[in-house]
Amino acid sequence: MKMDIDKVARLARLELSEEEKVTFGTQLEQILTYMEQLNRLDTTGVEPTSHAIPIHNVFREDGVKSSFLQKEVLAIAPDEEDGHFKVPKIIE
Amino acid sequence: MDLHSLTIHQLHDLLVRKEVTSREATEALYRRINEVDAHVKAYLLLTQKEAFHQADQVDRQIVRGEEIGDLAGIPLGLKDILCTKGIQTTCASKILEGYIPFYDGTVIKKLKEREAVFLGKLNMDEFAMGSSTENSGFQITHNPWNLERIPGGSSGGSAAAVAADECIAALGTDTGGSIRQPAACCGVVGLKPTYGRVSRYGLVAFASSLDQIGPITKDVEDCAILMNAISGYDPHDSTSVNTEVPNYKESLKKEVKGIRIGIPEEYWVEGMDPEVEKSVKEAIDLFKKLGADIQSISLPHTEYAVAIYYIIATAEASSNLARYDGVKYGLRIKGYRDLMEMYTQTRAKGFGKEVKRRIILGTYVLSAGYYEAYYRKASQVRTLMRKDFEEAFQRVDVIVTPTAPTPAFRVGEKTENPLQMYLSDIHTIPVNLTGIPAISIPCGFNHENLPIGLQIMGKPFGEGMLLRAAYTFEQNTDFHLKKPSLT
Repeated sequence: MKMDIDKVARLARLELSEEEKVTFGTQLEQILTYMEQLNRLDTTGVEPTSHAIPIHNVFREDGVKSSFLQKEVLAIAPDEEDGHFKVPKIIE
Repeated sequence: MDLHSLTIHQLHDLLVRKEVTSREATEALYRRINEVDAHVKAYLLLTQKEAFHQADQVDRQIVRGEEIGDLAGIPLGLKDILCTKGIQTTCASKILEGYIPFYDGTVIKKLKEREAVFLGKLNMDEFAMGSSTENSGFQITHNPWNLERIPGGSSGGSAAAVAADECIAALGTDTGGSIRQPAACCGVVGLKPTYGRVSRYGLVAFASSLDQIGPITKDVEDCAILMNAISGYDPHDSTSVNTEVPNYKESLKKEVKGIRIGIPEEYWVEGMDPEVEKSVKEAIDLFKKLGADIQSISLPHTEYAVAIYYIIATAEASSNLARYDGVKYGLRIKGYRDLMEMYTQTRAKGFGKEVKRRIILGTYVLSAGYYEAYYRKASQVRTLMRKDFEEAFQRVDVIVTPTAPTPAFRVGEKTENPLQMYLSDIHTIPVNLTGIPAISIPCGFNHENLPIGLQIMGKPFGEGMLLRAAYTFEQNTDFHLKKPSLT
């Protein structure tokens, strides 16, 4: 088994059922084996591509512009209070 | 004459000549949707109120004798991955059920400025992850040519709606073939523009270095019309490219004499359907007959495309989809004990199987100890693949291949075998990895009357040349005129 699926699920903040762990485990094993064909290539010294069309830092003049309204943004939040997103207690 | 079966340019002519109103056309489209969508299931949401409001506005302008643009009053469908202000946008995911954006994506804004009519939002694979539209969190879309077949994916709703005449044209998005493969499966035209040609602002992100928005249409002329409307630099998308947008309608020339067409030998893959191969070879023969210069070329890293793609796309997806945490918008489950449970269970309940599978895979290939072996390695091979294309495009102007190795497969045929499903993207993926544009046009039908697609790839920002080659082919054939017999 290549992958510790419990650990990866924890990293991804994703709860998986026992059944999902078994099916995903088998399928991902097969997919990762397929991906190992990349190792046939010697890529020493090859620069990685993260964007196909070369892009550089994009700068603009700083300026004052209107933003989205707080009211609009909070209107679609699952929970809010006093102009903030509300979440369960983080620090005990 | 059936108004629903018209193209953009045909309907525009009728509107201008005052033979038809936009309201009549819009009504005809909704009647058609009522008639066939119970079988095709392309639409997730219909927006009649807004559609008729826009149609009436255009009709009043026509009555007043004002000149209208070529998209004014034209009823279009939108893939449900594009943010529409005040209109639910779900990405076909339960995690975004009820999400109503408070802003329009740039392409939506551009189409609204041109006074297009939006009929509704179209089904897709959840978060655009899939090749069959079977991964929708809400419904399975069926291929209008054969309802037991998939329409392709992920823009399966868009392609099926165009093929079934449930809209005049539609927008889709393409990360690994999601415009072109469904266009091929449904016998319509689909173009994936050069990365950066069209702003991604307001397109819900799947894999940010690969995603592009593009048209799905009934013919090549409509494709050019929509490209004129949606292309261009946008300060809201720092990856959009600030180069001049030509008038793509001027590319619609019936002339390919002397154009150098490359045929990559690596694209005749194992498992290629013989009827697909035959149709594509006949298409190449036609180009030759019309005076194109056909050359055999090599793209040696083709066999690695699927492996590179499913590392890079899932890595980017795992990062992009981290935002669905139940805090700012979308689903939050009830009954959690703490913050961590709120995250993990909201995501467990909100995401479907394929999305979870890809998040796990993407998280793994980016995790400590595996990043170098997978993500970095794939990014390096991506460079080699880019060089393949750069070299090829020194010798040829466009590259012609099949869009997909087979016609539309059966509903359910590949759902249990994700790797098999991924391998069906072999012909379309290299285009996204290298950022180039490509178009799929109909080039034949198999013995079961299922459409076959021809892919034409071009140089970066070479959409004009693609449209010209595609238009020439189309004007010398009649595959694009055939319609599925749905009723």
